[in-house]
Amino acid sequence: MFSLKWIPASMAGIAILSYAPLAQAQEGGMDQVINETIAPISDVIAGAIFYTIPIGDTDFPLIVGWLVLAAAIFTLYFGFVQFRKFGHAIALVKGDYSDPDDAGEVSHFQALATALSGTVGLGNIAGVAVAISIGGPGATFWMILAGLLGMASKFTECTLGVKYRNEYADGRVSGGPMYYLTKGLAEQGKPGLGRILAIVFSICCIGGAVGGGNMFQANQAFQQIVNVTGGDQSFIADSGWLFGLVMAIIVGMVIIGGIKSIAKVTEKIVPLMAVIYVLSGLVIIGMNIEHVGDAFYRIFDGAFTGAGVAGGTVGALIQGFKRAAFSNEAGIGSAAIAHSAVRTKEPITEGYVALLEPFIDTVVICTMTAVVITISGQLQTNLTGVELTSAAYATAFTWFPMILALAVVLFAFSTMLSWSYYGLKAWTYLFGEGKGKEIVFKAFFCLCVIIGASMNLAPVINFSDAMIFAMALPNIVGLYFLMPVVKREATQYWQKIDRGEIKKVK
Amino acid sequence: MSEHPILVGFDGTDAAHRAVKFAGIRAEAEGCPIHIAYILEWSPYSFLSAQELEERHQRRSEELIRAEATLNPALEILKNKNINVTYEVRYGHSGELMCKIAKEKQATQIIIGRKGGSSLGARLLGSLALTLVQAAPLPVTVVP
Repeated sequence: MFSLKWIPASMAGIAILSYAPLAQAQEGGMDQVINETIAPISDVIAGAIFYTIPIGDTDFPLIVGWLVLAAAIFTLYFGFVQFRKFGHAIALVKGDYSDPDDAGEVSHFQALATALSGTVGLGNIAGVAVAISIGGPGATFWMILAGLLGMASKFTECTLGVKYRNEYADGRVSGGPMYYLTKGLAEQGKPGLGRILAIVFSICCIGGAVGGGNMFQANQAFQQIVNVTGGDQSFIADSGWLFGLVMAIIVGMVIIGGIKSIAKVTEKIVPLMAVIYVLSGLVIIGMNIEHVGDAFYRIFDGAFTGAGVAGGTVGALIQGFKRAAFSNEAGIGSAAIAHSAVRTKEPITEGYVALLEPFIDTVVICTMTAVVITISGQLQTNLTGVELTSAAYATAFTWFPMILALAVVLFAFSTMLSWSYYGLKAWTYLFGEGKGKEIVFKAFFCLCVIIGASMNLAPVINFSDAMIFAMALPNIVGLYFLMPVVKREATQYWQKIDRGEIKKVK
Repeated sequence: MSEHPILVGFDGTDAAHRAVKFAGIRAEAEGCPIHIAYILEWSPYSFLSAQELEERHQRRSEELIRAEATLNPALEILKNKNINVTYEVRYGHSGELMCKIAKEKQATQIIIGRKGGSSLGARLLGSLALTLVQAAPLPVTVVP
């Protein structure tokens, strides 16, 4: 079905990469100590969050069902809003409905771009590789499905994020699940429940920020640096803590030191990297156009037969759903924080804009990675994570691992900055605002960069997934209570459009 | 006497003050009003961090206050002349907005200052003067 013959003479590159160990079993003293201390804790947390029920011969984590079920319910409740209003969402992002007098305020495009920079990152590169190395190409199908459904979750939470945001006297605007859970449920006469959900959410959000938003990023960035500097033989292979320390210092300079220039440079390079990544993917797909049919056949075939995958169809489904949720964070609540600052009189408009996020993140970028990996033939190797993606891209461009290394480090860095903000918002919700309290969180955040870079992949992924998914528990309970509010917002918005009160300005 | 104003592009630089001074003389001679446009360069497609999103509305208010303060010396220049002076501060792309404002105000001409740097530099960076000279639908005077 599939041969390696079409791969250009880039075997040298692959050879180096194939020697890279599966999970980077680090022998270094410092790294080992950190790993042995943290791993048992993260295992317990992961075990609790990923409580599984056996389906056939596979274990199905209930939390994954929780997310996909919610996405499906929102999809039905809002009448497939992600397909019906897709065009309207594009018009809003283009600024077709933006009041010209609001120039200089946060535009729909800016809110979307910032939220995307927090989600597009390693999940799209490394996460997808993990999913299809375990779940087979069929995981891609379930990932796309979960991505499409997730658009409705994102729509719901981001509308609420804007509706119940805080607008402070000094002009700052901030929102997120902690505020819509508190204020929204108080409106419905359940202030106690709202407060509890908001507190649980905030605790999990801090965990998610240091887990998926930080340790996972640091870990995978380090892996890629080790890869391109010679794999196991690399001079830094045993010095994850050192890489983490350098990264932590740079992160600290931005979030504690307030050095804007570093963040500014990253902002300019990250979108460029994303474009290079997507274009390279398209070129590779184009170069192997005769294998694309086969790749899609394997994606669909794998999705429904689960051929050659541990756990069969359910195994592929779990991996696909998990990675989609981890990558686009729909239902998790994180994006609602970034989307809340937009300038709009109608909260629902940001909901429409936000539904583009899982589309771009999962349906476009993640699928690209999955197709490239599938057609590259690298799935037959023992690689996983970012090493697999790297090897897949290297089959077409031998130099790509270097570019990818840079992209991974920058994506990791920008995701860390986004999550440091989400975590900080949750932290200040719990403990109140204040310079001293904020410094404590930021210092802890930097410490976690070092821990993340030093640990093995598996405990880091488990801990990251667990904390990020845990955010979905209180968030989605709140969304169920508040979804009629979103429906009312939508109804009155479209009435205004019908009456001509809201018109296109261009 | 004309009701149609002379539009002056302003950005707080010395060149802009020279433009205001020159426009003052022209307006007095023609007996027409002056409209000063202070445009803060802004794209709704630029990228901001989450922290910057939170603070954007606050920053914008501060920037507008600062802009008004920067405008004061320019208004001072025109104060003792017998001219009707109006002004506005807006966000956007300076070239596009100047043309738009000229249309809105039915201006007869645009006067802007030139910073003076090398012509090569201006060409590479594509200054406002070059944009307006090429794209404006009305006469443009560039004050050196």
